[in-house]
Amino acid sequence: MALLQLSEPGQSAAPHQHRLAVGIDLGTTNSLVATVRSGKAVTLADSEGEHLLPSVVHYAEDGVVVGRKAWAHSASDPMNTIISVKRLIGRGLSDIKSLGSSLPYNFQDAEAVVPRIKTVRGAVSPIEVSSEILKVLVKRAEESLGGELEGIVITVPAYFDDAQRQATKDAATIAGLKVLRLLNEPTAAAVAYGLDSKADGVHAIYDLGGGTFDISILRLNRGVFEVLSTGGDSALGGDDLDHAVAEWIMQQAGISRDADHSMLRRLLQIACAAKEALSETDHVQIDVSLADGTTWQGDLSRDQFNTLVDPLIRKTLAPCRRALRDAGLSTEDIEDVVMVGGSTRVPRVRELVGEFFKADPLVTIDPDRVVAIGAAIQADILVGNKPDSEMLLLDVNPLSLGIETMGGLVEKIIPRNTTIPVARAQEFTTFKDGQTAMAVHVLQGERELVTDNRSLARFELRGIPPMVAGAARIRVTFSVDADGLLSVEAEEQSSGVKASVEVKPSYGLTDGEIESMLKESIDHAQDDMEARKLREQQVEAERVIEALKAALADDGSELLNTEERDRVESALSNLAATINSDSHAKIKAAVESLEKSCEFYVERRMNASVRRAMSGHSVDDFE
Amino acid sequence: MTITITEAAAKHVRNYLDNRGSGVGIRLGVRTSGCSGMAYVLEFADASEADDQIFEQHGVKVLVDPKSLLYLDGTELDYTREGLNEGFKFNNPNVKDACGCGESFNV
Repeated sequence: MALLQLSEPGQSAAPHQHRLAVGIDLGTTNSLVATVRSGKAVTLADSEGEHLLPSVVHYAEDGVVVGRKAWAHSASDPMNTIISVKRLIGRGLSDIKSLGSSLPYNFQDAEAVVPRIKTVRGAVSPIEVSSEILKVLVKRAEESLGGELEGIVITVPAYFDDAQRQATKDAATIAGLKVLRLLNEPTAAAVAYGLDSKADGVHAIYDLGGGTFDISILRLNRGVFEVLSTGGDSALGGDDLDHAVAEWIMQQAGISRDADHSMLRRLLQIACAAKEALSETDHVQIDVSLADGTTWQGDLSRDQFNTLVDPLIRKTLAPCRRALRDAGLSTEDIEDVVMVGGSTRVPRVRELVGEFFKADPLVTIDPDRVVAIGAAIQADILVGNKPDSEMLLLDVNPLSLGIETMGGLVEKIIPRNTTIPVARAQEFTTFKDGQTAMAVHVLQGERELVTDNRSLARFELRGIPPMVAGAARIRVTFSVDADGLLSVEAEEQSSGVKASVEVKPSYGLTDGEIESMLKESIDHAQDDMEARKLREQQVEAERVIEALKAALADDGSELLNTEERDRVESALSNLAATINSDSHAKIKAAVESLEKSCEFYVERRMNASVRRAMSGHSVDDFE
Repeated sequence: MTITITEAAAKHVRNYLDNRGSGVGIRLGVRTSGCSGMAYVLEFADASEADDQIFEQHGVKVLVDPKSLLYLDGTELDYTREGLNEGFKFNNPNVKDACGCGESFNV
C-alpha cells in the first residue's frame, strides 16, 4: 500500500489527493530538492544516496544526462556539456559574451533575443537546459514521495532581474511543473532557520558558494520578511580559497607556474581536499607527486591556511559593509547571521564573519542544503498543508523602474528597494494638440537620462481622443508581482482605452552590473542633475515654441501688425537658436524674454477670445 | 482490541514530534472516502478526546477514536522504505480488499 506521512491535526489528505510540494534550489554548481515529510523539512537523495545534483547537462546522440554522469563528459566533450547554465539564463548573447571567454559553447544566431547553444541534439536555450535539471529533481521527488507534485517553489538570487526570473519560471513550465512561487535564496535560508517565527528583527544572510558571494540584509516585521538590501561579488568563492592553497603548494614545492594543465587541476583538487580537512583538524599533510617522479611532502597548519585565505575572506566584508549602509543600518542592528554555501564550513570564515557582525553565525543546518530546506517549508505552506501559517514573504526590486518622458528623461515610478509585490500608478499627459497615441518606454536603472538606463520594453497606447496638449490624463500603472515580474499598463482616463505589456525575457544583468549601475548613478549624480535641468528647460522651450507657432497660425495676422509680428517672430527664432545650448540658464532666459515680448499678444488673444465667447450674449447669460 | 507500533515507526514518530516541538502523540483513524470506501488518518495529536483509546508503546502514545478502532483492531503501524519512497504503513488484518495503491480499503 501507499506509504503515509504524519499530517497536522485535521489535515489528513483524502486518498490520492496528497498535497505534495517540494522546494528546489536551482544552483549554479549544484541543485537540490527538498520536501516536508511528517512536518520535517529534508532534502531528498537519489538512488545512490546523493543529495547534491551537479547542475551539469550533457547532450549526446542517444539522450540527455544530468548530474554526475554529465559532469564526467565535461572534459572529453565540453561543447555538449553545459555547466553553470544559471549564469546564462535570462540573458542576451552580448551579456553572456561579457562574462568572459570561460564559456566554450557554440552559440547559434548572434541576433536572437534568447541565445541558443549548439549541441549534437540541436540548439538548446539556457531555459531548456535548466528545465532538464528541474525534470531530474522532480522525478526524484515524485519517486520519493510516491505521487505527482502539486507545485514547486524555486529559489533565485535576490538580485535576479525580471528577465532572469521569467526565464526560470519558463524552465519550470517547459518541464511541466507548476511554480507556486519564486523565492529569494536569502529569504529561504532565513525561513529554514525559523527566523520568521522569531521576534521582529534584522538578519544578515551570508552566502559564500563555490564561485560567488552574496550578502542580503532581511528585516522581519510583524511576521513579514523584507529584503532591505543585497550585495556581493560575482567572482569570489570557495574556488578562490583553493587557488590560494594551490599557489602556496606550488611555491613550497617549487612547481613552476607554467606547469601543464593536468598538474594544475590535480593541485586544485589537493588544495580543495586540504581546505576541507582543515575544517576538522589543525594540521593536514599534503603529498604531491611531481613531474620528475619524486614526491613533495608538506604540512599545512590551520594557522598557515588562515593566513593564506584571510585576504580573500576579508574581501567579502566590503560588500557586507555596503549592504548595511544601503539598508541604513550598522552591525549592531543585526540579530542573526545565517551562513549559506559550502565555503562557510571553513572555520576562519565563521570567525571573521562573526567578528564583523558581532554575532555568532547560525551554522546548525547544512549550509549546502539550507536554501532548499527553506524553499520546501514555503512550498508546504503554499499548497495548504499548514493552513494556519501566515508567513508572507516580501522581496524588493533591485533597480528602479520607470518610463521615458519628453526630452529623454526617466520618470521613476517604482524606486529601487521597494518591497514587492507592489503596484504604483502615475498620471501623464499629451505634449501636442490632437495627439492620439503615446509611446510608453519602460526602463530600469538609477540614472536620469534614458540613454544611461536599461530598456525593458516599449509599447504604444493608441486611440487617445484628440484633445489640446495637456488635457489627456493617461494613467500608467506598474505592477511587480510576488515573483518579481513586471507588468505595465497605460490607460487614458476619459475614454478608457488601454494598452499593456508584460516584461518577458530579453536579457539580464549580473549583480556586478547592477552594482556598477548603482555606483554610476552616485558618481554621476551632479551631471545627471544638470542634464535633467537642461532637458527639462529644453522641453519647456519646445512647448512654448509649439504653442506660439500654433497661436500665430491661428490669429497672428488678425491681432498683430507687421512690426509687432516681426518682434514676436524674432524672439521666437532667438529661442529656437538657444534651444540646443548646453546651458539651461540661457534657455530659461530666452524663454522668459520671449514670454515678455509676447505679453501684449497674449493679452490681445485673451481679450479676443472673451469677446468671441460673449458676442451675441447678454451679460445676464454669464451670471 | 489492540493497536501496535513497530520500533522503527516509533523512532520516526518520536523524531517528528521532537521536530514539531509539541503534541501528545499521534492519532490513527479511518474515515469514509476514497475509491474503495475507507481511508486512513495519520496525524499529530495535540490533545486526547474523552472517548479515545490510548495505546502506548516504544515511548509513543497512539490515540484512536472508538469508531475507528473497529476497523483498525489488530493493526500494526510500521515505517518502511520502498525505493526512494519512505513512510508509514498500516498492516491491517481487517482489510478485505483495497484499491490498487492500497490508500483506501474495505473491511
